[in-house]
Amino acid sequence: MSSQRIYEQPLYPYQRNRDQDRKSPNRHPVVIVGAGPVGLTAAIDLALQGIHCVVVDDNDSVSWGSRAICFAKRSLEIMERLGCGERLLQKGVTWNLGKVLFDQRLIYQFNLLPEAHHKYPAFINIQQYWVECYLVERCQELSEWIELRGRNQVQRLEQFNDHVLLRLKTPDGEYTLEADWVIACDGANSTVRDQLKQDFVGRIFEDNFLIADVVMDAEFPTERRFWFNPPFNRGQSALLHKQPDNVWRIDLQLGWEIDKEQEKQPERVIPRLQAMLGDEINFELEWVSIYTFRCCRMEKFRHGRILFAGDSAHQVSPFGARGANSGMQDVDNLCWKLKLVLDQQAPESLLDSYDNERIQAAEENIQHSSRSTDFITPKSEISRIFRDAVLNLAEHQPFARPLVNSGRLSQPCSYLNSPINTDDVDDDLPSGVCPGSPLRDAPTGDGWLCEQAGGSFQLLCFDQADKEIHSETRKVEHLSLNTKKDSSGELAQRYLGKQKEGYYLIRPDQHIAARWTKYDPAMIHQALQRASGQTASVQWRN
Amino acid sequence: MEKLNLNPNLYSADDFYSELLAIHESRSKEESDTINARLILILANHIGDHDVLKQALQLASETTS
Ligand SMILES: Cc1cc2nc3c(=O)[nH]c(=O)nc-3n(C[C@H](O)[C@H](O)[C@H](O)COP(=O)(O)OP(=O)(O)OC[C@H]3O[C@@H](n4cnc5c(N)ncnc54)[C@H](O)[C@@H]3O)c2cc1C
Repeated sequence: MSSQRIYEQPLYPYQRNRDQDRKSPNRHPVVIVGAGPVGLTAAIDLALQGIHCVVVDDNDSVSWGSRAICFAKRSLEIMERLGCGERLLQKGVTWNLGKVLFDQRLIYQFNLLPEAHHKYPAFINIQQYWVECYLVERCQELSEWIELRGRNQVQRLEQFNDHVLLRLKTPDGEYTLEADWVIACDGANSTVRDQLKQDFVGRIFEDNFLIADVVMDAEFPTERRFWFNPPFNRGQSALLHKQPDNVWRIDLQLGWEIDKEQEKQPERVIPRLQAMLGDEINFELEWVSIYTFRCCRMEKFRHGRILFAGDSAHQVSPFGARGANSGMQDVDNLCWKLKLVLDQQAPESLLDSYDNERIQAAEENIQHSSRSTDFITPKSEISRIFRDAVLNLAEHQPFARPLVNSGRLSQPCSYLNSPINTDDVDDDLPSGVCPGSPLRDAPTGDGWLCEQAGGSFQLLCFDQADKEIHSETRKVEHLSLNTKKDSSGELAQRYLGKQKEGYYLIRPDQHIAARWTKYDPAMIHQALQRASGQTASVQWRN
Repeated sequence: MEKLNLNPNLYSADDFYSELLAIHESRSKEESDTINARLILILANHIGDHDVLKQALQLASETTS
């Protein structure tokens, strides 16, 4: 290996901090445990809203090896808001085509067909370590607000009425600090979760996957290839996917009864990969690992002043790319609520809507990824018979293709039943952007909607007739959009349908809270109250 | 909700039954299982209606009746 890889370098090396020299613990508004993709995203989101936070991580570098590689459009839109979107898009590999092979036959291919006229594609592939690296750099740009503390490991944690006490271990010994709020982003083996003695229940899948990232100059096209029962991995599945820098992700199912240590050895791995890629291909191993997985979640994501996000709160199988993508959406949902609570502009109970909305999302993700797993690795003879029947039929019969499940790729959750939505009064506006849905990007004539929306509550006024802004609604930033400026016609199509004007109240996370076909300050005010958790009668539905 | 039709609906029941057996003739158990699976998938797609399919799944799984 030529030079040191990015994940072998300490990007935020340990430095002694002033809290270590204090006699009594210092109090911070927010402490984030874990500087993975989720914790770093949370820190940037809070910083941009003017909240100081401390991020502690037991390590000082980015993810060892690439792990997550597929980042979805919704994550990129969140990254846009946080100032990293374009950088990721430039570095990432954009792909749309997926091929499914059964034995040696191509039985089906799909195009993710991203609807035209969105700033970001359906997916990009990029190594998790690059994502984390860009996020770390963004945190460092925001160092006025974010303190990133490497090699600070949370050892113990105790919750009190109005704060949380954390005990940290560093190369210089231990110290304590206090936080008004803690966001636990400390991954699947969360220490914080253990400290609270919370269960992490769900299904464990009895299977092992060999994951290898290889560097090669191959002429394979930029597409996702998924094999069921290929000749080079009989009875199992395989995946090939391209990443930047000529790195390719190979995923080989190995089955349950294997010797993990032995399977990881290059002398076992290289022949397997050679059989898959063909004898003439030269490659170099970048990273090899064996993983098993489970689909589970905590029962509640909010425990008083401690909020769980990302893998600490829920875990899914990698089929569908729902891990990091959903974790980023967790904190996208959480941070603006925490900001309102810290500023005393919303009751603490607003944070229960985080729990409500993101548990719904986790359930969706777990269901999708469990179903993909059941298709990919049939658990009984009869399920294998059905699976193979689907694959055989799919080759010639279009009807069977929707049943082929090699991973249903991550889609954002629409919080359709969220108690902080305001229901439509009529059904005049397009259903694709109903209350609870995430913003649907569109060209605005001078850029993209996803660039202009979000970060605070906003009222998007499409072709507003009445130019006057009433004083009660001044709290909400008004964004005036003229659909005639968009020559594609999509802005009008997506937000107005047949209507002449439309008003959308959107939350800081770009989800739609309420909408109307008339400008009515009293309704806007009420919906804003509701979206910020101030309606006393809010019932938490599940 | 569309109701699963449980009234006699096959015009030539005996013909259908013998044709059903015929496609399994001299097949191994494994081949027959595959044929049955394909048949279920083909018919399910033809029916399409999810409510009807759910009632059929329910009825089929009540193996004692
Ligand atoms: C093979 C594989 C492929 C995947 N592919 C995808 C994909 O394509 N798309 C996708 O979205 N997801 C994918 N995932 C999932 C994705 O990697 C995870 O969901 C994601 O890393 C979760 O991020 P996180 O920030 O919650 O946790 P982590 O990334 O696990 O970060 C947790 C951090 O907390 C730190 N920490 C832990 N304990 C402590 C402590 N006590 N004190 C201080 N710090 C602590 C750790 O050092 C770490 O930095 C994949 C996963 C695997 C294994």
